[in-house]
Amino acid sequence: MAKHKTPLLDQLESGPWPSFVSDLKHQAEVRAKNEEGIEFQIPQDCVEDLLGVLELSYKHGRTHWKHGGIVGVFGYGGGVIGRYCDQPALFPGVEHFHTMRVSQPAGKYYTTEYLRNIMKLWDLRGSGVTNMHGSTGDIILLGTTTPQLEEIFYELTHNLNQDLGGSGSNLRTPADCLGSSRCEYACYDSQALCHFLTNEYQDELHRPAFPYKFKFKFDACPNGCVASIARSDMSFIGTWKDDIQIDQDAVNKYVENDSAYPSNAGAHKNRDWGPFDIQKEVINLCPTGCMSFENKQLTIDNANCTRCMHCINTMPRALKPGKEKGCSILCGAKAPILDGAQMGSLLVPFVEVNPDNDYQAITEVIENIWDWWMEEGNNRERLGELIMRQGFQRLLEVTGIKAAPQHVQYPRTNPYIFWKEEEVPGGWERDVEEYRKHHLR
Amino acid sequence: MATVEINGKEFEIDEDGFLLDYNNFSDEWVEYVRQQEGIDELTDEHTKVVTILQDYYEKNGIAPMVRVLSKLTKFKLKHIYELFPSGPGKGACKMAGLPKPTGCV
Repeated sequence: MAKHKTPLLDQLESGPWPSFVSDLKHQAEVRAKNEEGIEFQIPQDCVEDLLGVLELSYKHGRTHWKHGGIVGVFGYGGGVIGRYCDQPALFPGVEHFHTMRVSQPAGKYYTTEYLRNIMKLWDLRGSGVTNMHGSTGDIILLGTTTPQLEEIFYELTHNLNQDLGGSGSNLRTPADCLGSSRCEYACYDSQALCHFLTNEYQDELHRPAFPYKFKFKFDACPNGCVASIARSDMSFIGTWKDDIQIDQDAVNKYVENDSAYPSNAGAHKNRDWGPFDIQKEVINLCPTGCMSFENKQLTIDNANCTRCMHCINTMPRALKPGKEKGCSILCGAKAPILDGAQMGSLLVPFVEVNPDNDYQAITEVIENIWDWWMEEGNNRERLGELIMRQGFQRLLEVTGIKAAPQHVQYPRTNPYIFWKEEEVPGGWERDVEEYRKHHLR
Repeated sequence: MATVEINGKEFEIDEDGFLLDYNNFSDEWVEYVRQQEGIDELTDEHTKVVTILQDYYEKNGIAPMVRVLSKLTKFKLKHIYELFPSGPGKGACKMAGLPKPTGCV
């Protein structure tokens, strides 16, 4: 018998999508029965109280969590999001309901053994409720009490060889697309780079030293499966320099509507869009119009290709990214607060991704940007806002990158152009008397 | 809100053990936080951090950014963690009696 009546939440158990309410109720029941005889370290009925407080919020249309919460583990300045219920008398099971961020493996590949071990720990010392995964990428353990934090941290690190993720004004947990693990578009090993940089910058991740939060994300091609261009202060997007690899025979299989060669790998199969028409679906949709198909030959003028991925996405068996691969670096994406939403702006058009020298070309850019932002960034100012405040030109200077047309979508339309004094013959020091000699008052 | 008593003196605190009223700061409070925050022995360096935080807070009405604290104390962040294992926010600001850090933490 449920502890609280939840008529509003109960409605969310119908319908075809997996119901989080049914799952929570199931978890509440598992804890109530406790067939495994676990010595629960936080209230056994915490999940029931979670449903209770949520039902109350549904009724009131208001949250019932108190403001903020500062908890953590010794040695780290982040990783745990403290939370307390504002109705502790009604819902003692969630009086403390802290969230722990656990660093996830790149690409989120797991073995059941690993997941079972995490859950064994969390069933004992937490609510058993999780978020797989937080938007930034972490495994999220939802709901435990302050005294359990160090206990969980001890077991995570000592028994599971597993660290916490990031929170606060620091480097947050980096995340990546699946990359070359199972994608033929991958232009670099996004998992390897993500893993390397996560290890390299552990100190920056665990001990907040920045003006504000900072995120890395790694997309192995411009399709952006981890949305780095929108969700990370520094976005690493794979690309190539040379020609798209064309298999003409395969192109013709697509053109002949061979059933083994469905356009877009069959992504639009559930509706009749007519037979594949290469002219209409590829050539005419190319944003630069750099393709043609004549006499059974597909031609791409690669010098004018912007590597948007459309043709490759449409005919994956016929077209492949080039062989000379690397990545672009874009900076400054952020959500609206304070100065408006931003997506990443192109900073480095092409950089090599070389594990053999510890990705030196990439870490150099990162560290130059950090040096600048850490010194000049205001309290709670994202990199994107510092770029707006001090100018993209300044970002180029601190990273030692030469301005190029690729840095802009279009040149400025206003004439408020700053010059450096040394660029102007005669400098800024002028004598008004000298001027008056030629121009009477 | 809870109340703690240390050496005969009472303090009102929130769930995270932060002092509710900065004006109630006293030596007893420092001793309380020392026990809570995994600090074995108070040194002059702890006091220096606490004093600088309080001066800054009284002058500016906010806690300094981490980088500013490092500059004022001349302690690297690493050393601040050696002094205060929970870090400058949860450790040092709490000991100095400053309000709880807020935002997306």
